[in-house]
Amino acid sequence: MRKLSYAKALREALCIEMDRDERVILLGEDIAAYGGSFKVTDGLLAQYGAERVRDTPISENTIVGLATGAALMGLRPVAEIMFMDFIGLAVDQIVNHAAKFHYMYGGQKAVPIVVRTPAGGGRGYGPTHSQSLEAWFMHSPGLKVACPATPADAKGLLLSAMRDDNPVLFVENKLLYGVQDEVPEGDYTVPFGQARIAREGTDLTIVTYSRMVGESVVAADALEQQHGISAAVIDLRTLCPLDMDTVTESVSATGRCLIVAEDYQTAGVAAEIGFQVIERAFEYLDAPLRRVCGLDVPIPCARGLEEIVLPTRSRIATAAFELATF
Amino acid sequence: MISAARTQSEPMSPERRIDLLRLMLLARRFDERLMELFGQGLITGTAHAACGQEASAVGVCAALRGTDQVASTHRGHAHLLAKGGCPDRLMAELFGKRTGYSKGRGGSQHVAAYEIGFLGSNGITAGGLPIATGAALAAQHRGLDSVVVAFLGDGAVGQGAFHEAINVGAAWKLPIVYVCENNLYAMGTAVANTSPVTDVADRAAGYGIPGAVVDGQDVDAVYSSASKAVERARSGDGPTLLECKTYRYFGHSKGDAERPYRSRDEERWWEQRDPIRVLTGHLRGQGLLTEEQETALREEAAERIERAVRFAMDSPKPEPADATSDLFA
Ligand SMILES: Cc1ncc(C[n+]2csc(CCOP(=O)(O)OP(=O)(O)O)c2C)c(N)n1
Ligand SMILES: [Mg+2]
Repeated sequence: MRKLSYAKALREALCIEMDRDERVILLGEDIAAYGGSFKVTDGLLAQYGAERVRDTPISENTIVGLATGAALMGLRPVAEIMFMDFIGLAVDQIVNHAAKFHYMYGGQKAVPIVVRTPAGGGRGYGPTHSQSLEAWFMHSPGLKVACPATPADAKGLLLSAMRDDNPVLFVENKLLYGVQDEVPEGDYTVPFGQARIAREGTDLTIVTYSRMVGESVVAADALEQQHGISAAVIDLRTLCPLDMDTVTESVSATGRCLIVAEDYQTAGVAAEIGFQVIERAFEYLDAPLRRVCGLDVPIPCARGLEEIVLPTRSRIATAAFELATF
Repeated sequence: MISAARTQSEPMSPERRIDLLRLMLLARRFDERLMELFGQGLITGTAHAACGQEASAVGVCAALRGTDQVASTHRGHAHLLAKGGCPDRLMAELFGKRTGYSKGRGGSQHVAAYEIGFLGSNGITAGGLPIATGAALAAQHRGLDSVVVAFLGDGAVGQGAFHEAINVGAAWKLPIVYVCENNLYAMGTAVANTSPVTDVADRAAGYGIPGAVVDGQDVDAVYSSASKAVERARSGDGPTLLECKTYRYFGHSKGDAERPYRSRDEERWWEQRDPIRVLTGHLRGQGLLTEEQETALREEAAERIERAVRFAMDSPKPEPADATSDLFA
């Protein structure tokens, strides 16, 4: 199969949907002439024109509000927030408006918008350009949250997101944009709420998503080679809906669960997943839950410091080894 | 159902002006009755009455077509009724009934009626402005020939969303009219304490769009200014920032009975400028309305609202399942 980068896979999904559905428009800062900060929308201005690929002012809250209003009037906008850190400026429109309208206005109209945004560190961009804030949005009823880990899923999940009638926060990852992997041709969707077994294993279950899937698989391979420990890795793909059935099934079999998430540890994604594991599979657990997450400090620029703050394959491997030998 | 929202070219016929009077009386009676119902403990939660501000709601909506859109604020009952909303369903919403516009989930501040072009009242100050602007973007993009009106209070001017929305609306020449109902206070804060300029409309200059101040107590004046702004928007020339100088009679919400931030003298001054009084005065002076007719119109409005109250009271409560349904489409 041909290989494509994560960024190009996303771009391909946008093209497929824009060709198929003229109601799809793109809104965001520097997505048109500049081609997007991470070049996901590169060339789309020339291909689809300025009416459908619009550079907005630097107004994150209003970018999402524009998308919501346009969606209520029959379009299916895809908005881009240049860095996930900037989504703080748009939280009101996402959480109080787009996410609530269907419920709050009595189920009258859906708000079919996608908000794409790159998260994650590892590039030395520092405290305001490196965060993974998806937990904020798991904490906000009415939103779906997707976090693809591979180019193939980036394409398939984005196509699902654009066809979903609900607001979707689509969390991309900056370090993954350049990653090449096999991506099927043509139109296909990856359904929301169906986790993927990224690696089979019998001794413990690593539950993760986005860039940490790849890191966890590398750590698991090393564990197998060095210690003969067999770790399963589950890629959640979407955080809302959350496929706890797949997680529960695996944890029930292995009896051990490590959760890996790049976001801040306290009240983060891992905390929620961990609690749900306790609710669903407590009797199967042979060891306490473990988690490897970002430290609860702003993400520093300097490489040596950033490596301490963000989860790494070696931290994952160490935690997995300790858990397997508990 | 009488509705202000229909195509109309200037000047308004006498019948049309009577229709607008009807709507103003309906909106007035609705919010007055609401305050009574709160007092009797029949309605709980909160609500913001628009009594005193009916001319801006009705005059602006009169300049719109049925296919045009309105985005409202937390003080939205008059806007909804002026756009052709159903008093029964609005009242039922306030009673928390299943027959309410939002099935009882929204209450006073969260009501939408998309079928009549009402994009929603909104509990977040200035929250509706970006959304209204997006609706105007869709209208322009789809070549719909429709216009959006975004209502805002003077307090919304302090929000970033005010600047963001008008800025992009103006930059893209979107078919939208921003209507500021300046009632001199945001809750208990006088505009003078938080704004360097007296007229919100002055801010339009910064966006390169027309700004206009209108006597918000005179429905004829509001209608005529709004018509110009709507016409401009519809013909592709972009937004206008229209400021209606007005006043609310009740406290900010039902929890503000004392109104310590303003004087009774000031209130009395504004009551002399009551929008219903201004309109009936004009109509009477022009021989278009008799005292008997006026009384009959007031009774008609009161009866209509009583029917709405009965409808609401007789309506079923939400089912327990309604608490968690409709989260996703
Ligand atoms: C974002 C936000 N901040 C504060 C409030 C609380 N609040 C509700 S209405 C209001 C005053 C709004 O004043 P204005 O815009 O002038 O409208 P008015 O009440 O005078 O009609 C405030 C502070 C809110 N609802 N939303
Ligand atoms: Mg005010």
